[in-house]
Amino acid sequence: MTIAGRRLTPWAAFWLAAAIASFFLAAHGASMTAAIDAGWAMQYPAAWRWPLNAQISAAMKWLVEEVHFHFFTFTEMTRGLAWLLKQPYDFIRSLLVGGFVRGLGRDAVQLLPSLSWLAVVFIVAAMGYYARSWRLALLVAGCFLYLAVFGKWNSAMVTLSSILIAVPLGVVGGLLLGIAGYRWRTFDRVLTPALDLMQTVPIFAYLVPILFLFGFGPVSALIATVIYAMPPMVRVTTLALRAVPSEIRDFAVMVGCSRRQMTWKVLVPAATPSLMVGVNQVIMLSLNMVIIASMIGAGGLGFEVLSSLRRLDIGAGLEAGIAIVVLAIALDRLSQAFAQRSGYRHSESSNYLTRHPWLVTTALVVLGTGLAGLFVPALQDYPASATVTTAPFWSDLVRSINIAFFDQFEAAKVFMLVNILMPVKRFMLALPWPWLVLLATIAGWQLGGWRLATLCLGLSVFIAVNGLWELAMVTIYLCGISVAIAAMIGIPLGILATENAHAQRIVGAVIDTLQTLPSFVYLIPVVMLFRVGDFAAMIAVILYALAPAVRYTAHGIRNIDPQLIEAGIVSGCTRRQLLWRIKMPLAMPEIMLGINQTIMLALSMLVITALVGTRDLGQEVYIALTKADVGRGLVAGAAIAFIAIIADRLISAGAARTRQRLGLA
Amino acid sequence: MSEKPVKLACRNLWKLFGDGAARFVARHGAGADAAAIQAAGLIGAVRNVNIDVRQDEIFVIMGLSGSGKSTLVRCLSRLIEPTSGQILFDGRDLLRASTREMIEIRRHKMGMVFQHFALLPHLNVLQNVAFPLEVQGVPRDKREARAREIIELVGLGGRESYFPRELSGGQQQRVGIARSLAVEPDIWFLDEPFSALDPLIRREMQDEFLRLQNMLHKTIVFITHDFDEAIRLADRIAIMKDGEMVQVATPEELVLNPATDYVAEFTRDVSRAKVLTAGTVMGPVLRESETAGTVPQRARVAQIAHQVEAADKPFAVVDAEGRIVGSIDRRRVVNVLIGRDAGA
Repeated sequence: MTIAGRRLTPWAAFWLAAAIASFFLAAHGASMTAAIDAGWAMQYPAAWRWPLNAQISAAMKWLVEEVHFHFFTFTEMTRGLAWLLKQPYDFIRSLLVGGFVRGLGRDAVQLLPSLSWLAVVFIVAAMGYYARSWRLALLVAGCFLYLAVFGKWNSAMVTLSSILIAVPLGVVGGLLLGIAGYRWRTFDRVLTPALDLMQTVPIFAYLVPILFLFGFGPVSALIATVIYAMPPMVRVTTLALRAVPSEIRDFAVMVGCSRRQMTWKVLVPAATPSLMVGVNQVIMLSLNMVIIASMIGAGGLGFEVLSSLRRLDIGAGLEAGIAIVVLAIALDRLSQAFAQRSGYRHSESSNYLTRHPWLVTTALVVLGTGLAGLFVPALQDYPASATVTTAPFWSDLVRSINIAFFDQFEAAKVFMLVNILMPVKRFMLALPWPWLVLLATIAGWQLGGWRLATLCLGLSVFIAVNGLWELAMVTIYLCGISVAIAAMIGIPLGILATENAHAQRIVGAVIDTLQTLPSFVYLIPVVMLFRVGDFAAMIAVILYALAPAVRYTAHGIRNIDPQLIEAGIVSGCTRRQLLWRIKMPLAMPEIMLGINQTIMLALSMLVITALVGTRDLGQEVYIALTKADVGRGLVAGAAIAFIAIIADRLISAGAARTRQRLGLA
Repeated sequence: MSEKPVKLACRNLWKLFGDGAARFVARHGAGADAAAIQAAGLIGAVRNVNIDVRQDEIFVIMGLSGSGKSTLVRCLSRLIEPTSGQILFDGRDLLRASTREMIEIRRHKMGMVFQHFALLPHLNVLQNVAFPLEVQGVPRDKREARAREIIELVGLGGRESYFPRELSGGQQQRVGIARSLAVEPDIWFLDEPFSALDPLIRREMQDEFLRLQNMLHKTIVFITHDFDEAIRLADRIAIMKDGEMVQVATPEELVLNPATDYVAEFTRDVSRAKVLTAGTVMGPVLRESETAGTVPQRARVAQIAHQVEAADKPFAVVDAEGRIVGSIDRRRVVNVLIGRDAGA
């Protein structure tokens, strides 16, 4: 490969020729294939379809209706599991909202009230102070007060109770799986692809089987949340344990640690700061799931957003959406503060009371407000008369924006649709599928040898034989355009963030906020302003997927050896030359990984935009969900996952090669 | 020195990295040379090493990076499983010990200090030092009492509740030393313990180490890449190169009779006065009236130079029992100091 010269390398020449051939095929493919009677190349024949979705649905039916383990049926087992999970959930939920009652409906007798809103606010504030400072305490207390003042308290507490169950389950499960993956290489080899699938199969796709197995309700929602939120914890655990310095491991062997002591007394505590990053991820992903989980009965804030979206009640949806964001910010900052704190402070007090002043004070406040709440209801439940609602304000605002700027919005939308979206879509759909399968396979071979080529071939053929090719092309077209635009916005922003400290702070704050927002929340303003369709979906996807492009670019540039930049400056580079000749090439592998992450996020968001009426694989999954068709949902979900896996493997292999060529490996 | 029993020894010890290492050693035996190892696609980290570490001595293994010294000490403690050979600890082959027996041996008889300290970041000084005892299941008050005692010994009294990241490098390594001594080990491995420290701190820690050894009399295997450090601390030095033992000798023998050009390369710039002893450079026994006083046979020339140079008469050289075995005068001292061949 020549780097310096502008001469075309053989591979570059090949891809240029392939692009030209593609344009030719898109224009004349249909007539050519018709001429040689090869219509199967344009449209995959229905007769050749593999009825995988029907097979999966049948298998599921058999599992639920027939399978029998001597003493109990499969369904009884799963429902038993659900019952087991329901117990701690009910306890926490009663604690936070509703109180403990005996009996049902009208006959219910309250045994014990729930924690008063004052007590909850005080508890989170105390945690904030304990973890970091007064400022954090004020922030989280403010967030929770917001929930009370805006009348979202009960919904928020329902949501919080499922988070409080899902997070420990996800963390402990992820930790144990991660430790197992660290200990046994073979287990790790099975685990890694399983995690890849868990993270790339859209969540909608496995809501249906979960519904079948565990029924509708908060417990199913909990299980879906845990499945969704756990994979990063597993990965973080394995990585964190591997990153423990080898000397510490040697030391543990030298003092004669048993395997158990090695794991629990040395490795896990030594890796705690890194593990806390995983905990934070689990919390954020659990919150991200709140709205989706409400589709199978989670209730709470998610349900409010979902039902307002369905009613197109923008104001109420936005208000509930903001409440989720507020909750997310509070939990995110709190968990990050705990992660950085990590308990390394010395104090040598022996008295329990003086050692745990906060625990004691908090207990007093909880008891005090609980007792006082029996006599003064306003202390127990935030008085409804004092709540504020902003819903009408938002609705009016949106209405006036839409009236004032309707023409501009419409013009932009039509321009994009006519000039970019539609032509690309037509182009993608006009290409014969065997041609694209061939190109994907060749790309795999070029970047990663025959193994990657086989993977690309197998996965793309899977999509074709399941009759999902056209939907997949729509997915790729929408994803591709969104990612291209996100990169065009994100990479310059990332560069800007490295130019000066001021820009860095602003860009950093914006990106942090964007990442804290659950994916669903992006739909609300988009629907408000652009209504439904591909354009609205594209805007939502761009917003959601922007963050990694910015972050990785900034990180890549910041990580360049400063000596190289100094070398550029002393050889008399202008700022522009410095950027294009030194910074960009050296940051390229990192930027590619950022684009990779952007693609992953775009694909996951595309599934959610099915709600605003796209016609791609995401819609297929969503339809399967509404029809409770297990096979259809899983196969379409797998197709999305396979697109993601092909993109991921190709880009990672490309980034690895670039890095090797630059000698950064 | 040489009459002390052998505490730790290894016989025909091999460690090759790569596939099929065990088969390779079985086939070639001790005769395998570097070319054959390379041809087989293996890396020879430790090649046919034989050493004897005697009780209470400081045995320094010196080599440059990549010489296999770290692999050797990890083989001796069985942190790395050797490809073949024997490791005899008090005459017993460690390679035949079961996992459970190894845990017992390590818990009670071995201590190790690491280059980058390997302190546990989540424990404070007291808990770090008490950790080896905690692993053994010693009750809390007992292990903490012992830990306090040993923290006092290494001069860190008052810092028990500090966390590792709150300490300087030198202090962290004092914790590492204290921790490795908490179980009163029979054999003490130190793997480049002072290499990560600044030169001034390194010197201070070397003095501290010698002070501790004068009190504790441990059997020590000390790894270093610094020849000056080896000379300063060692009773005997083993020089390694490319996984092989080049020479095992006292510092003095190394300087006087380097076995190969490689060893001579190290000894060339060493200050001879700091290595040679009075016993080596002394002249014939003189009558008591002709001498100004006595110096010990094992004293290094640098230590007595000032004393001898300042006196008008030569000094008598005496052995450990106080018998006069020779004499040393100004001229002999100056010969050593200026590097002139004594000639007589």
